[in-house]
Amino acid sequence: MSPTLTDASPVHADPTDGLAVLEQRKSQAETFGIPLAVLAEVTHRCPLQCPYCSNPVELEGGGTELSTDEWKRVLSELADIGVLQIHFSGGEPTARKDLEELIRHATDVGLYTNLITSAVLLTKNKLAVLADAGLCHVQISFQGSESGVADRVAGLKDAHARKIEAAHWARELRLPLTVNAVMHRQNLFQLPDIIQLAVDLDADRLEVANVQYYGWALKNRAALMPTIAQIDETSRIVEEATERLKGILAIDYVVPDYYALRPKKCMGGWGRQFFNISPSGKILPCHAAETITGLEFESVRDHSIAWIWQNSDAFNRYRGTGWMPDPCQSCEFKEVDYGGCRCQAFALTGNAGNTDPACAKSSVHDSIFKTAMSESEGDSRRFIYRNFAGGTLENDPHEA
Amino acid sequence: MALRSRRIDITEQSRPVLARHAKLKFDKARQVWVILVPERVLAPDEIAVEILQLCDGVRTVDQIIDGLAAKYTADRGEIGTDVIAMLKDLADKGFLAEAQDRKS
Repeated sequence: MSPTLTDASPVHADPTDGLAVLEQRKSQAETFGIPLAVLAEVTHRCPLQCPYCSNPVELEGGGTELSTDEWKRVLSELADIGVLQIHFSGGEPTARKDLEELIRHATDVGLYTNLITSAVLLTKNKLAVLADAGLCHVQISFQGSESGVADRVAGLKDAHARKIEAAHWARELRLPLTVNAVMHRQNLFQLPDIIQLAVDLDADRLEVANVQYYGWALKNRAALMPTIAQIDETSRIVEEATERLKGILAIDYVVPDYYALRPKKCMGGWGRQFFNISPSGKILPCHAAETITGLEFESVRDHSIAWIWQNSDAFNRYRGTGWMPDPCQSCEFKEVDYGGCRCQAFALTGNAGNTDPACAKSSVHDSIFKTAMSESEGDSRRFIYRNFAGGTLENDPHEA
Repeated sequence: MALRSRRIDITEQSRPVLARHAKLKFDKARQVWVILVPERVLAPDEIAVEILQLCDGVRTVDQIIDGLAAKYTADRGEIGTDVIAMLKDLADKGFLAEAQDRKS
């Protein structure tokens, strides 16, 4: 006998890949079986204003959010059709007063629950209540290694100190902890300290995620884009730390695809192994999909989730490889990266059906790369903060 | 090292149980056993499932090995090596706890 544990998830080049994964065997993937994990963005409300927020620029207001009963029905439906893990995200999921009830219901129907939070609204008691409701794992975002940088990026005073406190509570409650650090030009110099912070907080896992440039981040690209020298240094630091901290801290690293030659296998391929649910109940192929205009997304208010997954035009439009134009169609990597990221293709070329410009085979790759490089060497520092008003430009620190 | 106190060593005297955040579950939709852990889904084979079902926090690893060796009339030494290797692997990943550590 030789018992084995096969990892059902792939090595994730992108943490969003790790969120939702089908069985690896290709023949099964082709049937578009229901994802193992789903991201539930229960609200777009958030006390933070991070300039790279992955929510759409047009945020959904609180009045359109699914009710408690609607979310509970959705959670039951997800469990019924074979989803195993649910990630409560946002906005800030703890901004919803019914989160405890939703986690309890998810637990009751057999879902494994993960909380993706900024942590600034938590108290020790609130977190304990969520743990009692069955919460299995907490992921806390950090915007820097100390409050100077971190609070400025978050656009919220004392955010960093509150996150540190919440991370300690998570460990006191014996909840496994992931530290998520979104990196860009203005905080990459703190990476070694962020890695040490994750160790000091006794985190199990650290996600070092370079900003992906759609929506809010694209608006802020000139202030966020790292230099090539920074990226080289980052890769070196992550590699060294991964080796040094083996068995102490697992590190997942996401490279910025602007500086790659091959595009990322975004979402594991459009409509293949992932969907997320927006606050108002729209089923989306990725959390940035609404940045693509001209696609219509179905709501859990009108259809069953299984129906939407199989039949939604938004999902079927870019599924598989049949939709691909050249250079993708004749490319040997078309089933490796599935043409990269549709949202990025739309954001940078105006057509979601084009090759992702992150790919060196894209006709606009060189020009976009050069623009990004010159932005990274520029002196633009002020952020456009994420909010419901469409964004607010940071005060000029020199005029303050 | 105090920092990693929740990572346990597996010996024949251990009474391991799955950690609070690792859930063994039969996935009805796919008709397979899975272990749910943060950000991942592990697919244990039949024997691994059988071992984990015996990890009830009461039995020691020693007793688990005895039971399996008797059931399969197999060499105790070989079974012991395999069982401990699998449990160590899970423990190294932080998915096992000692029974008395477990928060019920």
